[in-house]
Amino acid sequence: MSVSHKTITVRYFAMFREHAGLGEETLSLPVETAKDVFEQTRLRHGSKEPNGHCKVAINDEMADWSSPVSDGDTVLLFPPVAGG
Amino acid sequence: MIEVSAEPIDAHGLKDAMSNPGAGGFCCFEGWVRNENEGRTVERLEYEAYEPLVISEGERVLAEALQRFPYLEARCVHRIGVLDIGDMAVWVGVASAHRDEAFKACRYIIDELKLRLPIWKKEHYVDGDSGWVNCERCAAHSRD
Repeated sequence: MSVSHKTITVRYFAMFREHAGLGEETLSLPVETAKDVFEQTRLRHGSKEPNGHCKVAINDEMADWSSPVSDGDTVLLFPPVAGG
Repeated sequence: MIEVSAEPIDAHGLKDAMSNPGAGGFCCFEGWVRNENEGRTVERLEYEAYEPLVISEGERVLAEALQRFPYLEARCVHRIGVLDIGDMAVWVGVASAHRDEAFKACRYIIDELKLRLPIWKKEHYVDGDSGWVNCERCAAHSRD
């Protein structure tokens, strides 16, 4: 069964923003989970970063990589954090 | 209370605002910009944060610390923007009835903050190079 396309706004931060060359884009992607969004945009921008040390938020709420995404969601991709 | 600031941190003002008649102890952690990291000489740092989630996740950390180590007051401020060597990057203060809760809550807050809050640090080195802390190492590792 094919995965339906969803319209997702993706926001990139820090290193991800520099790799993508933009802070935000709205895409039609065949995705079901936050992890799918990460993988699709990683392919799109040729990023080498694995998701292991990264974090994700959906509509300004911290989420898990397995969290489902819905049409119209904003997915925030956070590279490894380094506060302090 | 947690906040993100583009202005220098006023540690004295923050401490003064935490006075509480029930407090018998106050513990504070200040994170400063160091001139070296992993053998490279650092000239300055640049912090970036996603403020809405720094606030919501930071308040969650403070609530967890309160549950584990009941304190009276706790506050945290993290800088964003370009910082020079010696500048204060983060300030955590905890006031409590007894010292044990103040020490432990302060330690818990700074440790969780470093692990969980969406804050990124870019180091600018004296040789003109720059790199995102924790990111470049992961990326390098993934290419192995």
